[in-house]
Amino acid sequence: MAVSKLVLAATSGKSSKILLGLRVLAFLATLSAAIVMGLNKETKTFVVGNVGNTPIKATFTAKFQHTPAFVYFVVANAMVSFHNLLMVALQLFGGKTELTAFRLLSIAILDMLNVTLLSAAANAAAFMAEVGKNGNKHARWDKICDRFATYCDHGAGALIAAFAGVVLMVIISAVSISRLVQPNNKCSISTAASPSVAP
Amino acid sequence: MVNLTKRIGALVLRLAAFGAALAALIVMVTSHERASFFAVSLEAKYTDMAAFKYFVIANAVVSVYSFLVLFLPKESLLWKFVVVLDLVMTMLLTSSLSAALAVAQVGKKGNANAGWLPICGQVPKFCDQVTGALIAGFVALVLYVLLLLYSLHSVVDPFLLQKS
Repeated sequence: MAVSKLVLAATSGKSSKILLGLRVLAFLATLSAAIVMGLNKETKTFVVGNVGNTPIKATFTAKFQHTPAFVYFVVANAMVSFHNLLMVALQLFGGKTELTAFRLLSIAILDMLNVTLLSAAANAAAFMAEVGKNGNKHARWDKICDRFATYCDHGAGALIAAFAGVVLMVIISAVSISRLVQPNNKCSISTAASPSVAP
Repeated sequence: MVNLTKRIGALVLRLAAFGAALAALIVMVTSHERASFFAVSLEAKYTDMAAFKYFVIANAVVSVYSFLVLFLPKESLLWKFVVVLDLVMTMLLTSSLSAALAVAQVGKKGNANAGWLPICGQVPKFCDQVTGALIAGFVALVLYVLLLLYSLHSVVDPFLLQKS
């Protein structure tokens, strides 16, 4: 039967071990990106003016919540790391659950959805970070990285981790889709066994 | 008969996705406005923001790819690559749309904490055209997700409906 052969191919073999390793790596990458960006905060006092001889100081904070793209970045990375954690837990602790065709398909579709979600989040945060780093003289937006260097460095680290997560999720998606393909040697057996019909 | 209907449906979907990506590209490229503001002349073009340039490039790539796949013959072996390339194009579309949206949102609302003023008040026509391009990009993205699911279904048989 076609179903049992596909399930056999999917549960045993190298592809599930490779998938497990890749999922653990992707979980770690996206979790670290979410945590580093989530804890990204820097407070600094600047001298904004002088009244006579005494300088006036004002305190400014750079937080990730100020930019909606970074909020989306944290949320999307948390969602993708949770998805990977769930898949790893299913593979490690759900040893006797049967991998039906519907479940394999839903895993492949979920992987594809998560990879597009993660790539959108990483890209939006990357372009917003580029505006923060270089400013935009046409729109008269000043760059903020010269004043909040640690905030920018932490953000850059989180971005690198997220892009590594994107690459890993693409590979995971490809492996999940390849597990859906049926082994080809089924056809020859059925055509040889079919008898000729006598009227 | 069912196969012919499905193929025509997929062809129509791909034509629509090609049209949407092309429309997003053209509307973004032709967005251009000059405004003078207290003796300072401000000219807004799509090349001012890196995210809009990436949006234009991504939609150009997707349009060219859709146009080429429209002419792919039915029995060609390249349909397996179409699944992979459809996923790549979907990712390209979501990332470019998301980046352009993030930057456009700052242009519309500004960012008070960073001292960035919104520019939509000074160049409203530019802002409207960028919004239109982003909506067309979103339509192209939705169509591409449907196309990805269809390519996956036609190359791989996920529900194992065929017995042989």
